[in-house]
Amino acid sequence: MTRSVGPTSEPQAEDATAPKDVAPAAALGVGTSDIRTLLTRNLRTSGIYIAFVVVVALFAILTGGTSLSPGNITNIVLQYAYILILAIGMVIVIIAGHIDLSVGSVVAVTGATSAVLVIRHDQPWWVGVLAALGVGLLIGAWHGFWVAFVGIPAFIVTLAGMLLFRGLTLQVLSNVSLSPFTPEYGKIASGFSNGLLGGNGFDAFTILIFVVAVVAYAYSQFRTRVARVRYNQPVPSFPLFVAQIVVVAAVVMAFAYQLATARGLPYVLVILAVLIMVYGVVTKRTVFGRQVYAIGGNLAAATLSGVKVKAVNFWIFVNMGFLAAVAGVVFSSRSNGAQPGAGNSFELDAIAAAFIGGAAVTGGVGTVVGAMVGGLLVGVMSNGMQLMGIDQSIQSMVKGLVLLLAVAFDVYNKRRAGSSR
Amino acid sequence: MADNILEMRSITKTFPGVKALSDVTLSVARGEVHAICGENGAGKSTLMKVLSGVYPAGDYDGEIVFDGQVVSFGGIRDSEHAGIVIIHQELALVPYLSIAENIFLGSEKRGRLGLIDWNLANAEAAELLRSVGLDENPVTPVGQLGVGKQQLVEIAKALSKDVKLLILDEPTAALNDTDSAHLLGLIRGLKDRGITSIIISHKLNEIDAIADHTTIIRDGQTVETLDMADPTVDIDRIIRLMVGRALDSYYPERESHPGAEVLRVEGWTVKHPSQDRLVVDHATFDVRAGEVVGIAGLMGAGRTELAMSIFGRSYGTFVEGRIFLHGKETKARSVSEAIHAGIAYATEDRKKYGLNLIDDIARNNSAAALDKLSRRGFVDANEETKAAEEGRRSMNIKAPTVKSIVGKLSGGNQQKVVLSKWLLTDPDVLILDEPTRGIDVGAKYEIYTIINKLVAAGKAVVVISSELPELLGICDRVFTLSAGRITGQVPVAEATQERLMTLMTQEKELVG
Repeated sequence: MTRSVGPTSEPQAEDATAPKDVAPAAALGVGTSDIRTLLTRNLRTSGIYIAFVVVVALFAILTGGTSLSPGNITNIVLQYAYILILAIGMVIVIIAGHIDLSVGSVVAVTGATSAVLVIRHDQPWWVGVLAALGVGLLIGAWHGFWVAFVGIPAFIVTLAGMLLFRGLTLQVLSNVSLSPFTPEYGKIASGFSNGLLGGNGFDAFTILIFVVAVVAYAYSQFRTRVARVRYNQPVPSFPLFVAQIVVVAAVVMAFAYQLATARGLPYVLVILAVLIMVYGVVTKRTVFGRQVYAIGGNLAAATLSGVKVKAVNFWIFVNMGFLAAVAGVVFSSRSNGAQPGAGNSFELDAIAAAFIGGAAVTGGVGTVVGAMVGGLLVGVMSNGMQLMGIDQSIQSMVKGLVLLLAVAFDVYNKRRAGSSR
Repeated sequence: MADNILEMRSITKTFPGVKALSDVTLSVARGEVHAICGENGAGKSTLMKVLSGVYPAGDYDGEIVFDGQVVSFGGIRDSEHAGIVIIHQELALVPYLSIAENIFLGSEKRGRLGLIDWNLANAEAAELLRSVGLDENPVTPVGQLGVGKQQLVEIAKALSKDVKLLILDEPTAALNDTDSAHLLGLIRGLKDRGITSIIISHKLNEIDAIADHTTIIRDGQTVETLDMADPTVDIDRIIRLMVGRALDSYYPERESHPGAEVLRVEGWTVKHPSQDRLVVDHATFDVRAGEVVGIAGLMGAGRTELAMSIFGRSYGTFVEGRIFLHGKETKARSVSEAIHAGIAYATEDRKKYGLNLIDDIARNNSAAALDKLSRRGFVDANEETKAAEEGRRSMNIKAPTVKSIVGKLSGGNQQKVVLSKWLLTDPDVLILDEPTRGIDVGAKYEIYTIINKLVAAGKAVVVISSELPELLGICDRVFTLSAGRITGQVPVAEATQERLMTLMTQEKELVG
């Protein structure tokens, strides 16, 4: 007879929640899974959230609550936004089994392009932004060409790009820093929507935006659930579903409250939120996203399934170039100018975020949200250690160990999964 | 009792769930050339891996006596130390290193201070090359040599190790006729120098020409050892012993009603991707609707290469040939074009080429048909799950849910996922490459049932298989393939295992 599942996997645990053959979905509670299976189903992805909560709590205690103060939360957002933007592109590159070492240099060269136009040639802010994005797309196409169509490993192509575009930055800037930007340009990274609806020391507009976002989130979750029920698929039990939304809403609104009592809603947070949503959908719901995972999971099988591997690889790098340009604009705006050394080692932070967020070194695994949490985890840690006045050298060592342990955890998980085959 | 250099007694080796070798006995006389024959998967390679220590002592039952002593090798180093060298079908040379560096890899010639004495190494390498009749400079990188010459380098490497027993696994499979003849001459020369050889080969002509004794293995058991000097021994007798497996009623009944021609391949010729030789040589065959056509060929005959090159030219370099679907020529140059044209190819190696093992059933199931399950670039996850559920039900895939990770399923269930994946593309022709390899009897029966359902629904199915009883059990017609050429077409009613094996081992000269 045919064996059912691998010997050491736990069919019993999952069997209990498996849909019975033709279970009619009369009630909303049919074929639901309980909270234990939700948590244990994928320790690799839930592990990072637990770690994040622990780290946030740890530093809240160590800093006597300062790390969760309104001003500091706003600071973390402003300080790490460009790393998170880079991490979105990076996790997609890593899922496909590549790497991009050039993004720090691309941040520099796109920021420099923008600075030259806006500062030196007195162009309006949006000309600078568009030019930077254009340069980013071109650089992405350049990398994509060599990786996808010539077949050179991304490590080499982007290592070359790292040197190439650092040099180009120096050329563009003639080896000097350019500053300051016009105030409009500076608002991209340091602007806030504040006082639109009044409120002194408390921005009602921020709260309103977040309420809208939370309601939209709850509605979309509900629609997904209804659709899944219509297709006879298992869904979390209704109380659990509500609890999940309430928890998310509470955390988000607490965050919104802190922002509102500080300086209001940072524009860069809006940019980041839109990017996370768009790329969350791209990776999870589109054919393109599916093909990225397929290529990283098993290149040969993807090729033999008709995936146009070269085209997909090309667009992955074009996209990385684009996001590096967005980060370049945000960073130049925040630093109010362009420096020859801008963006140095940003690629390492972005790569670390993706891996801490659960991406697999061998490709095929990873999520945008995971990378965001991974990036924030490093951000909260660095920020907390700064608040505590811990020396830079110790901070660097802690970050290194966290990255190592995160990937070790990933490898350990994989070995465990592999042994059950 | 004769002077035997090697006695393997009652060797039994089990893998989880499979008995690969069962009570195998092999006696090799000192100084002879001993051939081992058997179908693919009969256990020849496993036996050689036991002998050379790849499967260390304790991993198998039985006794090995080599050179008069009971030996228990813990690894390949032990067996090499004792004087047993195995040359695998896939050569184990480092292409970027020179001939001399390859020959002395792992046993470097050291001079003063423990540094490598390259003058000594190159001089000795040159000597060894002369003894195998290879006229090359020892500093030439191995990658610059052809496969035939690389094989000679392997033998030179074996000679450098004071070899007493040389095992050659399919040594001529990748060689042309001249190189094969040279190699066989060399093996005779080694025999004159007192070196014993074991040669595993599908080329029965060669065995007939060179071997002193031939042992036939079938289904993990020794069938018989033949004395090749005996005038009653000929190729036909070897074939009979190789295939003599009973035809069981493991195959579900099917009524055959072939319809119109669906696929016709004419003069299909493909070159090896990196070597200058034809892997598929003017192959012509056809399949009709509601028909199962088998392609029989031994290892290295070019079966998979034929199938993959038809499937959007996903193997080798296209030379010439035409493909017709429903009588109309199609020029599918990529896999996605082939899928759109209505061809599906389920690979022989599902783990390597067929599935994304770290992903779930639903996503693997949809991987080749995403355009059918998406609108404007967005995948409809619910339709995808529904399709996977349908596949799970109709194929009887045993898994808790369609979100189960494919890597954790059994081989039979993985194969069903592969079949379900290709059915989702709604093909007209399904090429199934070794559809039942490595899966148990129950699952095999289920796969055959699925194939029967497909042809009943009017699909055309091509089955590539090493198991002749399987082909005889499920096909309407069988084409035989040997060295890239179609050597025959036999309706199943007239086919016997012996007849197929004769065609499968037919050499080029004999092909009309």
